[in-house]
Amino acid sequence: MNLTLKVWRQRGPSDAGHFEAYDAPGITEDMSFLEMLDVVNEQLIHSGREAIAFDHDCREGICGSCGMVINGKPHGPKKLTTTCQLHMRNFRDGDSITVEPWRAAAFPVVKDLVVDRRPFDAIIQAGGWITAPTGGAQDANLTPIPKAVADQAFDAAACIGCGACVAACPNGAAQLFTSAKAAHLNLLPQGQPERWSRVTAMVDRMEEYFGSCTNYGECQQACPKGISIDFIAMMNRDYLKAQFKDRKRLVGASDLAGDGAG
Amino acid sequence: MTLDAKIPPGPIQEKWDNHRFNTKLVAPQNRRKFDVIVVGSGLAGASAGATLGELGYNVKVFCFQDSPRRAHSIAAQGGINAAKNYKNDGDSVYRLFYDTIKGGDYRSREANVYRLAQISTSIIDQCVAQGVPFAREYGGLLDNRSFGGTQVSRTFYARGQTGQQLELGAYQALMRQVELGTVELHSRHEMLEIVVEDGKAAGIIVRDLITGELTRHSAHAVVLATGGYGNVFFLSTQAKGCNTTAIWRAHRKGAYFANPCYTQIHPTCIPVSGDHQSKLTLMSESLRNDGRVWVPVKPDDRRKPGDIPAAERDYYLERRYPAFANLVPRDVASRAAKERVDAGYGVGELKNGVYLDFGDAIHRLGRTVVEQRYGNLFDMYANIAGEDPYESPMRIYPAVHYTMGGLWVDYNLMSNLPGLFVVGEANFSDHGANRLGASALMQGLADGYFVLPATISGWLADQLNQPAPSTTSDAFNEAADAVAERINTLLTVNGTRTVDSFHRELGQTLWDNCGMARNAASLSDARKKISELREEYWSDVRVLGDGQSLNQSLEKAGRVADFFELGELLCQDALHREESCGGHFREEHQTPDGEAKRDDDNFAYVAAWEFQGTGSKAKLNKEDLEFEYAHPSQRSYK
Ligand SMILES: Cc1cc2nc3c(=O)[nH]c(=O)nc-3n(C[C@H](O)[C@H](O)[C@H](O)COP(=O)(O)OP(=O)(O)OC[C@H]3O[C@@H](n4cnc5c(N)ncnc54)[C@H](O)[C@@H]3O)c2cc1C
Ligand code: FES
Repeated sequence: MNLTLKVWRQRGPSDAGHFEAYDAPGITEDMSFLEMLDVVNEQLIHSGREAIAFDHDCREGICGSCGMVINGKPHGPKKLTTTCQLHMRNFRDGDSITVEPWRAAAFPVVKDLVVDRRPFDAIIQAGGWITAPTGGAQDANLTPIPKAVADQAFDAAACIGCGACVAACPNGAAQLFTSAKAAHLNLLPQGQPERWSRVTAMVDRMEEYFGSCTNYGECQQACPKGISIDFIAMMNRDYLKAQFKDRKRLVGASDLAGDGAG
Repeated sequence: MTLDAKIPPGPIQEKWDNHRFNTKLVAPQNRRKFDVIVVGSGLAGASAGATLGELGYNVKVFCFQDSPRRAHSIAAQGGINAAKNYKNDGDSVYRLFYDTIKGGDYRSREANVYRLAQISTSIIDQCVAQGVPFAREYGGLLDNRSFGGTQVSRTFYARGQTGQQLELGAYQALMRQVELGTVELHSRHEMLEIVVEDGKAAGIIVRDLITGELTRHSAHAVVLATGGYGNVFFLSTQAKGCNTTAIWRAHRKGAYFANPCYTQIHPTCIPVSGDHQSKLTLMSESLRNDGRVWVPVKPDDRRKPGDIPAAERDYYLERRYPAFANLVPRDVASRAAKERVDAGYGVGELKNGVYLDFGDAIHRLGRTVVEQRYGNLFDMYANIAGEDPYESPMRIYPAVHYTMGGLWVDYNLMSNLPGLFVVGEANFSDHGANRLGASALMQGLADGYFVLPATISGWLADQLNQPAPSTTSDAFNEAADAVAERINTLLTVNGTRTVDSFHRELGQTLWDNCGMARNAASLSDARKKISELREEYWSDVRVLGDGQSLNQSLEKAGRVADFFELGELLCQDALHREESCGGHFREEHQTPDGEAKRDDDNFAYVAAWEFQGTGSKAKLNKEDLEFEYAHPSQRSYK
């Protein structure tokens, strides 16, 4: 099939950026969206123009590197599918496709379709972990965990950190990402000792970077891993409870993170 | 030269304990005086970085992805082995040790493998404590599955996303240390050179991938956890960014490269669909638990699989290997598939695959159970291949998947360059000529959580109160200048061919001549062709853009340049090894029924190659392998 692309080109963070149109002839339906871009990039280089920059690595829908807004939708038209797993059989001959980077205040554009998602790492850093230094663990089967609980924790842990939720949110909020990690750990018995300090530290750190959630629910629609907004409700509940439970909160969020770590 | 692997004395069961006792320690208050660089944030790097940080060392961690969580380890699917014997099916540390040595076709070091098996159980404990959501049974205890090359169920798994969950566990532990200030994180930074001073590793030169700035970092020890080099074949199941640059640069500076030709071809991947193919997708080996592999009995049978009656199907693995059947090790399964396809029995439009059929499993277990076990893999297959595996069998074919070779390390995981440690897939250590499924994750985490943190103190203790090397020494200046010069050259060739077109040609050459089957004539030809291609590369590659900003073409160009040199070494190693073993199959050396024929008298050694200059033949050093416990025998899975 023959396609026309309208691709966002931006040289660097301070450049204004603009769309450029490219022909993409001879695309086959077996190609992934990224393979289609590879083909376009080869053509661009041959004609003396720099390739379109985009993040990608595993191309298996699991590393969370890839991510672009395709025809207005994060990761494109197919539900539960990352850009790298989107195949061209989802498009038709003659289609015109618009490709843009994630648009969110917290994710400045680095170049073309590449954005800076480090604020996600900052949230995990604040409390998205269990204090379990190497060597101190008990036998893995000492604490049975009901399958239903383990499965639910897994559903939350399946987040790939791609940022589609933030890109889809009119407020640029990161509640879905943050709540997925908080829920993964807060549901498990191992996560209980730090449950309250964790949720507080993560939410507070999140708010330093991201907009606030007003329950649009777009994030859940855009999530390639089907993470449910129920986890946001759980996080909000935990956050509220934590304000009462953890009186150490009075000394401030940064101390709390330290407390969790200690 | 014969290499000293520093294997501790004593019975194999006691070596590791004794060694830990005999290794010098660094006292807690002294640890922060030591700087340690960890390059890589996959399972090996993240677990090492986190653990060294917990111990109190000053750690810097580097990775080229935008977040350490995205390291290639995240893509591992099937599971991780451990000798827990939770299934009461006869497993033990000794059995895991034995299976691993046998699976590696008697080309690995016994002492290392035994230690790996011993540590395996602690890994599971550690990961569960971190919150890794392994699969559980209804009673709440951990579940296991079986994997190729074994007759016990010792594989722990987290749906089809085991690597993801283990990687997130290690990443979270790492980020906790970042918060605590023991680890300084440098994502989107690529190591482009190692600095060697007075024969020791002194530091690294790194490029900030966003600004292009080259920075210098020195340390008392450098740890490479940079993963495997399967992408030398262009098409592989590895993530697109996987490369050899870090270990190749170290090799050029004197580190020995061991057994480069031992590459693992994984039997169950989705076949190539056309010239545009950018990578290959693995379908987890766990599928072979319930899937049956077959091809039509008649060559060139164009009927739909469902229309071919049972009697006209050749379940060739069950036929050839009744004892292990569909669960034979990877190398055996891959060669058997190649044999059928080459003989004209291939299926699919391009006749380049074999069937992996779940019809019987769905009939026996019901669709729901099959869906629970493999749902995400089936979805992935349907998405990529455009066919529904619940309705018709999957088409699969072998693909490059893992590299057993890597930098040579001793029992302490230190290379022959003092101060340079290598962990995870980047080293050559534990898998011999063939890795068993679910053992890479085990090894990466064993190295990072348990082995390296224990052995590195032995090296550091002798340097107490010595500052880390200066970054303005001649050695640093020269290394930094060389990196800048190389970048500049790549940007100014301004030839006619893209980096990818060269990479594809290199990959095809290797796949055809140094892939699943190799012979002397084609290996010599390939080596010559690759060296010509390398020369063409440096005079005709086109890399646009500049070095002062994000430039993905430039990143690729540097990696491919190193792949060429590695490709030559791969062929040299494969050519010199006049035997077949594990993933290395020399057509000249096979049994009458087509199985790999080892030559233990002449080749029971690790080939550790020493760099002699670009385009020159590397020099061979040997580490002789001794088998005191697991006595070499002809592998048989019949
Ligand atoms: C599709 C797939 C499925 C698999 N499934 C399984 C399985 O089920 N069970 C199993 O045991 N094994 C499996 N494996 C193998 C296993 O995943 C890998 O061997 C293992 O994860 C490697 O881990 P690592 O930490 O050594 O390296 P990686 O995870 O590859 O990490 C390498 C790190 O090094 C960094 N890096 C590399 N070069 C540089 C540089 N020059 N500068 C800076 N940073 C650099 C990268 O950024 C990255 O952080 C699978 C492999 C594949 C491809
Ligand atoms: S490239 Fe890894 S999720 Fe798309």
